[in-house]
Amino acid sequence: MSERFRKEYAGRGLVTICGLLIIAITLAIGAFLIYQGTGTFYKFHHSLFEFLFSSDWSPMDNATEGGGSVGSAVYIAGSLMTCGLALLIATPFAIGAAVFMTEISPKWGTRLLQPAVEIFVGIPSVVYGWIGLTILVPFIRDVFHAKMGGYSVLAAGIVLAVMIFPTITTVAADSIRSVPDYYRKAAYGLGSTRWQTIYKIVLPAAKTGILTGVILGLSRAFGEALAVAMVIGKTRAFPKNILSPTNNLTAAIAADMGNSASGGEQNMALWTMALLLYVISMIFIVLIHALGKERKE
Amino acid sequence: MSEKLRHRIQRAKRINALMTGVFTGIGGFFLGLIIVLAGYIIIHGLMSYYPGLLSFTSKGIGNQLFNTVYLVFWALLISVPLGVLAGIYMAEYAGDTKLTRFIRVCIESLSSLPSIVIGLFGYLVFILMTGARWNLFAGALAVSILSLPSVTTTTEDAMRSLPKSYKAGSMALGATHWVTIVKVLLPACTPRIVTGVILAAGRGFGEAAALLYTAGQSTRIVWNNWNLSSVTCPLNPFRPGETLALHIWVMRTEGALNPNSEKIANFSAAVLVIIVLAFSMTARYLAGRYGKKQMGEKA
Repeated sequence: MSERFRKEYAGRGLVTICGLLIIAITLAIGAFLIYQGTGTFYKFHHSLFEFLFSSDWSPMDNATEGGGSVGSAVYIAGSLMTCGLALLIATPFAIGAAVFMTEISPKWGTRLLQPAVEIFVGIPSVVYGWIGLTILVPFIRDVFHAKMGGYSVLAAGIVLAVMIFPTITTVAADSIRSVPDYYRKAAYGLGSTRWQTIYKIVLPAAKTGILTGVILGLSRAFGEALAVAMVIGKTRAFPKNILSPTNNLTAAIAADMGNSASGGEQNMALWTMALLLYVISMIFIVLIHALGKERKE
Repeated sequence: MSEKLRHRIQRAKRINALMTGVFTGIGGFFLGLIIVLAGYIIIHGLMSYYPGLLSFTSKGIGNQLFNTVYLVFWALLISVPLGVLAGIYMAEYAGDTKLTRFIRVCIESLSSLPSIVIGLFGYLVFILMTGARWNLFAGALAVSILSLPSVTTTTEDAMRSLPKSYKAGSMALGATHWVTIVKVLLPACTPRIVTGVILAAGRGFGEAAALLYTAGQSTRIVWNNWNLSSVTCPLNPFRPGETLALHIWVMRTEGALNPNSEKIANFSAAVLVIIVLAFSMTARYLAGRYGKKQMGEKA
């Protein structure tokens, strides 16, 4: 008997440790990023205000000296603009695809569109970036006669839109499917057309779920690094319009982290950007949780 | 029926027909887009092939392909046992406590962290703090953090969806909880876990941002060097190990140095997409077969 119970306790102990390990990893990521990312503020004495809102970026690139400036507003604005544009492009199409899959033609939806959406998710982000670089950028250059050879906010927005639409579609479709069927039957019973049912009943009922999908998509767009870095043009200036190049947080980190002196002002500022990405992704999680609670109620 | 009402009904019907057309158009657009996109990547990529591109030298992409497979192998070797055990804990031992809810929040935040952030964490902890150079194993650790949440959730879901009678039957025969898990529940949900692992592997193959500063952006392998401690030995995980996805990124920046860089990147993209497609189709096939089998049991 005792041998069996020893195994029971050992097994239970083992799986508990693995469960706790997940907490440990999550907290460790947060702790290390906070430790490394706050160096800008306590080691080089920059203010949070300067980091977030100044566009004066000229940090020193050696291990000890400070005295430069670390205003990252251009990068932050670049991230906001590309993600905003991506959301603007992707959301209507993504919701449209979700409606088609669930309300218009569930048969073709599950047979063809669902696998297609999965393939969209599966294509690696560098491949999206590469296609953006070799097809989209020249296309924008030739069609809109963009000054910087097509590298632009528009290119980044389109690439991101293609990358985030599957997320929005999948979550929105789940949410539309979970709208009780008697809602639709009641609407049809009152003589609504299918469009009226979708527009007036189903979509409002699935609203929070769709919003969750949009936030998940936004969160994916914010963290996307290499695909954006390939098409954004890496120019440290606020974009004049959507055809001008700019830079964003992830592209700046991806390009410069390895080239800057470890522990130096520039390096630290890049870590602060990474911390900012972490904080933004945490904010998105809190938002999604709040929406989830609202849905349950 | 008044003329006005009839007009309104006709209008509503017209809009309905129009919107049906619009939605069908959007559905068709995405279907067309994925066919054109995947077709273009694969066909254009394979057409960029030139002799020697698949060789295992610095001119071909064989080494990168090997690194990709080897890195994903290590990543799964780490994340699958950890994820499955953690999934067992969540499904079988964790009650509805604050701790459990906190683990759920952690899983969720791990799975939604940008991969570049995970990569930077790996860079900081596995490279900077250990004083190591870029190495494949650090990359594997980063990718294992990325796949850990999905393996855990898949295992938990698979265990929870098993019929209650499995557990009850086993325990009624006098088996302990742990023996029930190992001998009855885990074998029963293996197909679903395998499907989840295949999907995680597919994602691992395409990962690049997390590897940028962990696995390194170069590779040098001497194929007849089997001394495991040597930095050019193919099987030594503690050597720089640029993967296929990273190679596309590197080719973009080294365009001026290598005249064939565009062809190499095109071909690498095609190979990556083919691998990822093969994995997701396998997972889909397995999931479908498993679903049918379960339906068969019920009937």
